[in-house]
Amino acid sequence: MKWKGEYLFVLRNLVLKDFRIRYRNMSLGVFWSILNPLVMMAVLTFVFTKIFKSSIRDFPLFLLCGMVPFNFFAMAWGSSTTSIVDNTGLIKRVPFPREIVPIASVLSTTVHLATQILLTVVFTLAYGKGVNINWLWLPVVWGLAVVFVCGLGLICSGLNVYLRDMRYIVESSLTVLYWLVPIFYDFSFIPAKYRDIYSLNPIAALVMAQRNIFLQARPPAESLLLKLSLSSVGMLVVGLIVFQKLKRRFYNYL
Amino acid sequence: MPAIEFKNVSKIYRRHGGQRLLREHLSDWFGRNPDKNFYALNNVSFTIQPGERVAIVGKNGAGKSTTLSLIARLSFPEEGRVKVEGKVAALLELGSGFHPDLTGLENIKLNASLLGFSRKRTFSLMDQILEFADIGDFVREPLRTYSTGMVMRLAFSVAVNLDPDILITDEILAVGDAAFQAKCLDRISQLWKSGKTLVSVSHGTVIRQLCDRAIWLDHGKLIMDGDASDVFEAYGGQPSGPA
Repeated sequence: MKWKGEYLFVLRNLVLKDFRIRYRNMSLGVFWSILNPLVMMAVLTFVFTKIFKSSIRDFPLFLLCGMVPFNFFAMAWGSSTTSIVDNTGLIKRVPFPREIVPIASVLSTTVHLATQILLTVVFTLAYGKGVNINWLWLPVVWGLAVVFVCGLGLICSGLNVYLRDMRYIVESSLTVLYWLVPIFYDFSFIPAKYRDIYSLNPIAALVMAQRNIFLQARPPAESLLLKLSLSSVGMLVVGLIVFQKLKRRFYNYL
Repeated sequence: MPAIEFKNVSKIYRRHGGQRLLREHLSDWFGRNPDKNFYALNNVSFTIQPGERVAIVGKNGAGKSTTLSLIARLSFPEEGRVKVEGKVAALLELGSGFHPDLTGLENIKLNASLLGFSRKRTFSLMDQILEFADIGDFVREPLRTYSTGMVMRLAFSVAVNLDPDILITDEILAVGDAAFQAKCLDRISQLWKSGKTLVSVSHGTVIRQLCDRAIWLDHGKLIMDGDASDVFEAYGGQPSGPA
């Protein structure tokens, strides 16, 4: 027997569920997703302009272009990794395509992302940068990023069922990544011999694209778009294949 | 075509004392360790035709719930084959699949979509579901504010009103007042009169009265399969069994 439901309806309900559960009992609700980066921005701006005397212009905006992709990545990767285990009740009791769970978990963080992109837009305008045609690249770049995290989330959520240490691996990796992604420094600071490694990192690519679009008003480099597309689609395909293998025995281990 | 077909089905779990260290995973992947295997079901075969009402009986740990999880396609057999035709509605454990922080309405929508219903169909069935559950304005409140009985009413109402081909029930009818139980039984008998298949592992007598066939499991093995009254007699001498 094959499941004959409506994928979009399930996805919608699961995304709404995640979203409601996350915000229902908070008095500030979605406002947190604006407050949090603002506070971080203020602290980092203080450290890097008053203490370290960074030469970067429009530092708060520059920082925001790096923080928003990282925040999205951290939240989406983290919540999708635990999504299957978090939804044990559903997985053990209702037969539906399990792939939807980590994907819904990633998509529910895009609301968070949207508010943060809006914040970036507000800051861009406040710094007098104005709107430019290259903003049209934003949906493309972000779309690819979401696809990438969906693939990664599928793999990690499936593994997390068997190896519950997965979430700690993810948490540690994020701490490391925070320093290795150019959030508060520029690509030009990176010595040439390490640049190739950086260009393989999709979050770094995302940061670069954000800065191209918002700060320099130019389209992201073609090579960047190509690498990002390949790694995103590749990750999703690998994710679906791995998940397919892992999901058969979820019931036994949950 | 049978509604449910089990062919030499075994469900094997591995014993690991609750610990899954890396070492265990490695030994799992490279070479089996047969003395750590636990057979929840051991070479079980049966077929259930559409419209049959089957009770599965046996002591705790006999493999009843495992059988239901296989029928519901929640887990898969390690050996043998399970074939199921049609839409299955599983009433396994009270209100599982519901989230305590969501309202009744939100839970209904989520559950209906997971069970395979389109948006349109869910909304057209909504009134019927709410009427059956009969919990009034509570549908707009989070589930955690419900009484146990109310959660059960909602869960049952969703499952039976979604027009399943096969209805699986666990212990669910054990809860709820007499009036609601009568309503549920009424609905279940309506379902089988329209040719639906019913599989139940309820220990209670109510559901058993509805069944015309019974399967007796013990330690994962099929002991007896046949006419309900014969099996009940052999199993415990009375419909409720020694359980």
